[in-house]
Amino acid sequence: MNFSEILNVAWEGITANKVRSLLTMLGIIIGVAAVIIMIAISAGTEATIAEQINSLGANLIIVTPKRGTPGASRTLLFSDAEAIAEEVHGITGVAAEQNTTTLIVKSSEAAFETTATGTTADFPDVRDVPVGDGRFFTQQELDRTAKVAVLGYGIAIDLFGEQDPIGQTVTIGTTKFTVIGVMAEKGLVADVDYDGRIYIPITVVFQKFAPSQMAGDRVRTIYAQAESQETMDSAILQIESLLARRHDVELDSPDFTVQTQQDIISTQEATTAAFRSLLAWVAGVSLIVGGIGIMNIMLVSVTERTREIGIRQSVGATPNDIRWQFLTEALMLSLVGGLIGVVAGVGGSWIFGASGDMRTVIVPTSILLAFGSAAIVGVFFGYFPANKAAQLDPIEALRHE
Amino acid sequence: MNQQPIIQTADLRKIYGMGDIAVAALDGVSVRIDPGEFVSIMGPSGSGKSTLMNILGCLDRPTEGKYILAGEDVSDLNKEQLAAIRNRQLGFIFQSYNLLSRTTALKNVMLPLLYDQNNHRSNEEREEMALAALTAVGLADRVNHQPNEMSGGQKQRVAIARALINNPSLILADEPTGNLDTKSGYEIMDLMHELHDRGHTIVMVTHEPDIAEHTERVICVRDGKVESDGRDGANHCAQPSPAEGRR
Ligand SMILES: Nc1ncnc2c1ncn2[C@@H]1O[C@H](COP(=O)(O)OP(=O)(O)OP(=O)(O)O)[C@@H](O)[C@H]1O
Ligand SMILES: [Mg+2]
Repeated sequence: MNFSEILNVAWEGITANKVRSLLTMLGIIIGVAAVIIMIAISAGTEATIAEQINSLGANLIIVTPKRGTPGASRTLLFSDAEAIAEEVHGITGVAAEQNTTTLIVKSSEAAFETTATGTTADFPDVRDVPVGDGRFFTQQELDRTAKVAVLGYGIAIDLFGEQDPIGQTVTIGTTKFTVIGVMAEKGLVADVDYDGRIYIPITVVFQKFAPSQMAGDRVRTIYAQAESQETMDSAILQIESLLARRHDVELDSPDFTVQTQQDIISTQEATTAAFRSLLAWVAGVSLIVGGIGIMNIMLVSVTERTREIGIRQSVGATPNDIRWQFLTEALMLSLVGGLIGVVAGVGGSWIFGASGDMRTVIVPTSILLAFGSAAIVGVFFGYFPANKAAQLDPIEALRHE
Repeated sequence: MNQQPIIQTADLRKIYGMGDIAVAALDGVSVRIDPGEFVSIMGPSGSGKSTLMNILGCLDRPTEGKYILAGEDVSDLNKEQLAAIRNRQLGFIFQSYNLLSRTTALKNVMLPLLYDQNNHRSNEEREEMALAALTAVGLADRVNHQPNEMSGGQKQRVAIARALINNPSLILADEPTGNLDTKSGYEIMDLMHELHDRGHTIVMVTHEPDIAEHTERVICVRDGKVESDGRDGANHCAQPSPAEGRR
């Protein structure tokens, strides 16, 4: 038999019992669709995370104190930020951040408990959080600990409703601040609600809201923006050696951590990796279950068609002819099922993405992967029944009722 | 005549089961059949006729003994080689037709051509050959019917067309009229004679002496042995047959 004859015979075998063939394929259809949809969902989640991290700011270097460093007497200080700005080459801006404790924030309209974020003049550029209305505070205002505040988009509405907040007064704790600007809408980035923040000069935080007497000019985070992707590595090295020197620690056991967006993406990816591998397992198992379904039906089919096999053998079909016939049937079932599964998977991913708040990104290689797995499953689970058919004895097969 | 026999067996034995329950379905059968012969095999039920036919048809293998088919020793061939022999040298006609039930007469007849490893004919060629074979058995108007839409006689004629399609050197028929009424049975026998007249070698099992009567040679089998072999019709078969009173 040549290839097209084998295909023809297998096709006739499949179409002889259409409903059963369809039910057999269902396992593969679901398996393939599941693989594609699962991968689309995790790719969508990853894309969302990546976008969020990128919107932290371009070419961002993040310096934080290392928690639990043994013998670390000093922590990250505002003077460290100033030193970075002065001494490190290849950076365009440095911003430091330190929060107040939770305080009452009051306007003429509303009052609630929150924290204010003390930061520096470079903050909007470095962190890619543009000012919407008014302006951000300047280095001069920072230097003279001016009592000025810039409001997040959301908190401005909470505090002042329809009124223009600029020029108004907010009371943070017991200190009165003049509102000089409102940030553009930013939303949630890496779990921080930027629209809910209140920015004040960091020097005011040191002066008025230091978390404890000992804290001094301690900062939570220093952000530095590299000139470009290329200067990142050199800037990081300079920052590390500078801080190690200032903190009097060894470079290989620092009391601070220097990260980039890429590092944060990696950490975030690690947290989704478990979720993703779970999805992959679910999808993989459903493919295997689909394969077992094919094997099961093929075994039933071989038993049911024993007489047909005997007839074919009696007119000259060799064991190989029979093996190929049933293997091709199994393969055809899984490939046709795989094809339908691809359509269902792509369609399903699209519907998930379009209807829910779940983002999906269809990954072309996932289609290949799912379809390829279906083919492998077909051959793998089809071989045993096909071999069983091939090994039937002609006379016993003919005698089978 | 000193031509090469088409069938030559030596001491064929077929043992079913083992030990105490072993049954010798064939117990030393040696026969020779020459090309062009039309031979009937008779014998009581369970005497081993079908067992012999299946071995002659290369569907089954003897436990012991030699079988030389058209000069080739087929006793030790493997499954692939036996399949090729069945395909090209043999045409088997069964009592129960053994047609693919959801396949048209044409495709049933084409089936042996599909498994012909030596000749790769196009589909058109195969259809043409099958159509010719069906026409030869008088079924030109039933080519696209499925077996379940046909009478027993028609089904058997499809089976005969299928057996003929590869122009085999030997036609084996195990009770080809066994499932048919008398009239269809005679029609099938007429067809068999026609094939014989055209030069085919035919070995046929039958229960009915009046059908065996039509053949030139009758071999009688009893308890797995050849009891008698003669050219005087069914008379030499010793067993009392219910059909004897009928004649
Ligand atoms: N597969 C088998 N296993 C065990 N014994 C078998 C098998 N096939 C046949 N036999 C035995 O071999 C003997 C011969 O059987 P066979 O079918 O050849 O008889 P037969 O002459 O064709 O009978 P009938 O005229 O009824 O068709 C019988 O005793 C039968 O029981
Ligand atoms: Mg029999």
